[in-house]
Amino acid sequence: MGGLLSYFKGLFGSKEMRILILGLDGAGKTTILYRLVGEVVTTIPTIGFNVEQVTYKNLKFQVWDLGGQTSIRPYWRCYYSNTDAIIYVVDSADKDRIGISKGELVSMLEEEELKNAILVVLANKQDIEGALSVAEVHSALGLDALKTRTFQIFKTSALKGDGLNQAMEWLANALTNRK
Amino acid sequence: MSSFRKDKKDEEEGGSGNPFNNLEKASVLQEARAFNDTPVNPRKCTQILTKILYLINQGETLGAREATDAFFAMTKLFQSKDVILRRMVYLGIKELAPIAEDVIIVTSILTKDMTGKEDLYRPAAIRALCAITDTTMLQAIERYMRQAIVDKIPAVSCAALVSSLHMCQYSGEIVKRWVNEAQEAVNSDNIMVQYHALGLLYHIRKSDRLAVSKLVTKCTRMVLKSPYAACLLIRIACRLIKEEETGPDSPYLEFIESCLRHKSEIVIYEAAQALVNLKTSTSSTSSRELGPAVSVLQLFCSSPKPTLRFAAVRTLNKVAMTNPAAVAACNLDLENLITDVNRSIATLAITTLLKTGAESSVDRLMKQIATFVSEISDEFKIVVVGAIRALGTKFPRKHGVLMNFLSSLLRDEGGLEYKAAIADTIITIISDNPEAKEAGLSHLCEFIEDCEHTSLAVRILHLLGKEGPRTKQPSRYIRFIYNRVILENASVRAAAVSALAKFGALCDDLLPAILVLLARCRMDTDDEVRDRATYYYAILDQQSRALNSQYILNPLPVSVTSLEKALHLYTLDPVDTPFDIKSVPLALESETAEAEKKAGAPEGSRTIQIESTFEMLQAAEPTATRLDVFASQLANVPSVAALNLGPLFKSSQPSDLTESETEYVVQCIKHVFSRHVVLQFDCTNTLSDQLLENVHVALEAPEGWEILAEVPCPRLEYNVSGTVYIVLRMPEEISECLGSFTAVLKYKVRDCDPATGLPDSDDGYNDEYALEDVEISVADQVQRVMKTDFAMAWEEIGPTNELEDTYALTALNKLDDAVRTVVQFLGMQACDRTDRVPPGKSTHALLLAGVFRGGYEVLVRTKLAMSPQTEGVTMHLCVRSEDPSVSELITQAVG
Repeated sequence: MGGLLSYFKGLFGSKEMRILILGLDGAGKTTILYRLVGEVVTTIPTIGFNVEQVTYKNLKFQVWDLGGQTSIRPYWRCYYSNTDAIIYVVDSADKDRIGISKGELVSMLEEEELKNAILVVLANKQDIEGALSVAEVHSALGLDALKTRTFQIFKTSALKGDGLNQAMEWLANALTNRK
Repeated sequence: MSSFRKDKKDEEEGGSGNPFNNLEKASVLQEARAFNDTPVNPRKCTQILTKILYLINQGETLGAREATDAFFAMTKLFQSKDVILRRMVYLGIKELAPIAEDVIIVTSILTKDMTGKEDLYRPAAIRALCAITDTTMLQAIERYMRQAIVDKIPAVSCAALVSSLHMCQYSGEIVKRWVNEAQEAVNSDNIMVQYHALGLLYHIRKSDRLAVSKLVTKCTRMVLKSPYAACLLIRIACRLIKEEETGPDSPYLEFIESCLRHKSEIVIYEAAQALVNLKTSTSSTSSRELGPAVSVLQLFCSSPKPTLRFAAVRTLNKVAMTNPAAVAACNLDLENLITDVNRSIATLAITTLLKTGAESSVDRLMKQIATFVSEISDEFKIVVVGAIRALGTKFPRKHGVLMNFLSSLLRDEGGLEYKAAIADTIITIISDNPEAKEAGLSHLCEFIEDCEHTSLAVRILHLLGKEGPRTKQPSRYIRFIYNRVILENASVRAAAVSALAKFGALCDDLLPAILVLLARCRMDTDDEVRDRATYYYAILDQQSRALNSQYILNPLPVSVTSLEKALHLYTLDPVDTPFDIKSVPLALESETAEAEKKAGAPEGSRTIQIESTFEMLQAAEPTATRLDVFASQLANVPSVAALNLGPLFKSSQPSDLTESETEYVVQCIKHVFSRHVVLQFDCTNTLSDQLLENVHVALEAPEGWEILAEVPCPRLEYNVSGTVYIVLRMPEEISECLGSFTAVLKYKVRDCDPATGLPDSDDGYNDEYALEDVEISVADQVQRVMKTDFAMAWEEIGPTNELEDTYALTALNKLDDAVRTVVQFLGMQACDRTDRVPPGKSTHALLLAGVFRGGYEVLVRTKLAMSPQTEGVTMHLCVRSEDPSVSELITQAVG
């Protein structure tokens, strides 16, 4: 069975891509994951992780959503290896903690195992009034400093489902082109 | 080198059938890195997980680091949708959870699986989740657990219920909140769900008796579909009956009896067994009461299922121990089982028949046993021996057959426990039946000729020393005993020397020969043997009856540990006065034997009391007696220790001063010193919403008694017992030393929150609670002492302080009741086996020996007679003691 499956996989040339969704707690990672799967769920804080298979335009993604609580962030590194892309989710309305978010992002990107991973930043919760704009998030995270990495930032609202399609579209292209 | 070893292992692996035989932890953990590969290879990973589980189950220990690494690698496997692999992962999580760190990482994913669509995952996910969850995390998953308990899929519900039960151990408070869900699950149609739900409900409510009885009442009304739940309910009901000690019209009992008509065999058996246990535990049971239970067991005896037959015959066997008449009705069915292909069933059937059968069938049954006794295991052989022991007491005339059979068993192969059981049985038969004595002793002599168990040989030698000199021809035992001195190890030689000395002390004609033998033993290589031989030689050489009786025949009456402690203290602080052995607390004479007598179990392994202190010294390192434990406890109470009361003389058994089910439970232990009494009140507060402070006991002392000190208990929390001490000085006049004290418990109550135990407010109010009176009786002040030669001791003490009187005990109309009452009342040791009244006698002489506090020896000789004119027993009591007022006190107390 497994052999047969991989045979078909080989036929379509679609090796499963490994994607991590990271970000501070309450940013909306789990909601985004299940949006990608096609479900709308009410979530509780993730203690640990969730993992799902997502198909987008004939591409198969294996998406890991890792909990963002301070106590769980140290475990992110256990899941870095073989990662093709990172979706970094930021709560645009949480101005107080955007600095912490930046810190986590920077230290993550320094990891050797993630050297070649493509980065997608989602400025989430755009539906909330008074949220930072994409440009503001861009500068607050200090994305200008990224020189070598393939990356893009999108504004999204996971709750409404806005902006996710564009982000996935771009990611799918970026991953295909990389080969 | 290592590669060579590996090669060799591979070769061996080829030969054996177990593919996991030569797994090495390091290489398996190395393989576990494959978990990190993408895509996951489910088949390979399942294999590796199996290896890890195998290693853990074989007792291999993983370090925290190794386990954590393996655990995190394993979490990667959640990406695979392979069902078999996922279920292996759950098992892996459960096994690694206690060792690995940070296992909470899988909380979310397991929560998702337990609530997800895939039913195959859900039960296992619940179990794994509960294994990684601690009290703080439990609140996060509480909602899901509640839902799972009432899930419509039985497997999910069962998993949740069982996991809840496990979690009760550390998160009882949270699990308690799931009572409603568990209640709902009890109504389930699924047999396992119902069973587990009842188990959980009971566990949650266990500590609250009222709630349990409500639960049982409710469940007995709704007919439980599940036979397992019904069995559990029967067990709970039994516990309630035992705790509440309700009468024969208890509704629970009615329920259990109704279960005898249940349609499931397992329930019927459980009910029958419960009834048997309940009924046989109470002493007076007519066979009529056991009737219904026995008759269903009888039906099971002819069942085609071996398990049922075995269960039935085993339970009948138990009934037969206490109530043979009740089982007699099944004799025919049991006869059929003798030839059962299952040896265990046959053995139990025969031993049961031995208990219920008539005297005439004994010979036949013994012959039948002999045919297969060599084929059964030691355990069952012990059962057979137990049955023979009972037979010996029941049919004393059959001792010949029984003795021969036992001696042939002794010659067979067998472990220590089995041999000890046989020896015990022979000894019991000897002690109960004087006719069997000579034959029994010679069988035992023969046995020790070739006995590999030192402890058994020592016991038998001790017995020979005790019984041998009183037989018709004591000289015939000398050879057997002296052979031990020549052939055996030091322990046995020492015991043999002691036994020889007893012959020397009691048989004048053998004395010269014994002296020669002892003189030879003085050359022994072992210190202990030489010491004993020298000691006994010196005493016997004096040829003085008094010396013999005091130093050879009657053992040192003091507790060895206490003696050691007293001597140590004496040497630490040398004074001019010589060491007074009377100041050493006395050893409690045969406490265990007493307890067994109370339990009334003739089958119980009644060990021979090794009375000789020497033997005790040698047999094992001295164990602290109950007295020593109390003495050190009291020494830790500063205000009691400050009074310097001297050595503890006796501590009474705890007596209840309250009913067992009241708000506060108080027990009193009386510690008697030579001039003082310390009353220890152990108090328990059973109200969860109260905190008691400054708890003390107000005591009204009669004239002559003086309260010297009082130690209150500062705080009495719910279910944590506390202790109050009161020190009393006894009156100078010994005859005034009996008393009854009115006692009231006084305390300050503060209401508190039952959940936290913290008081609601700062102020409380004073309250009191009346207790039952504390009695100080004669028995509290007298310690039992065993006199092996009562007549000699009686003469020694002399008639100086003799007092006698006659009493009519109208309340008693049986001799053995009277004997028991008198022994209990005076708290003295019955000597020369006079505590057993031969059946059919109308008079009896009871000989008692003891020591009064302060070290005064007391001997009591009573003659009991059934009085023909009036109802009851007449008793003539004669007391001799070393102090006139002690004699007076005792005669006074009886009146």
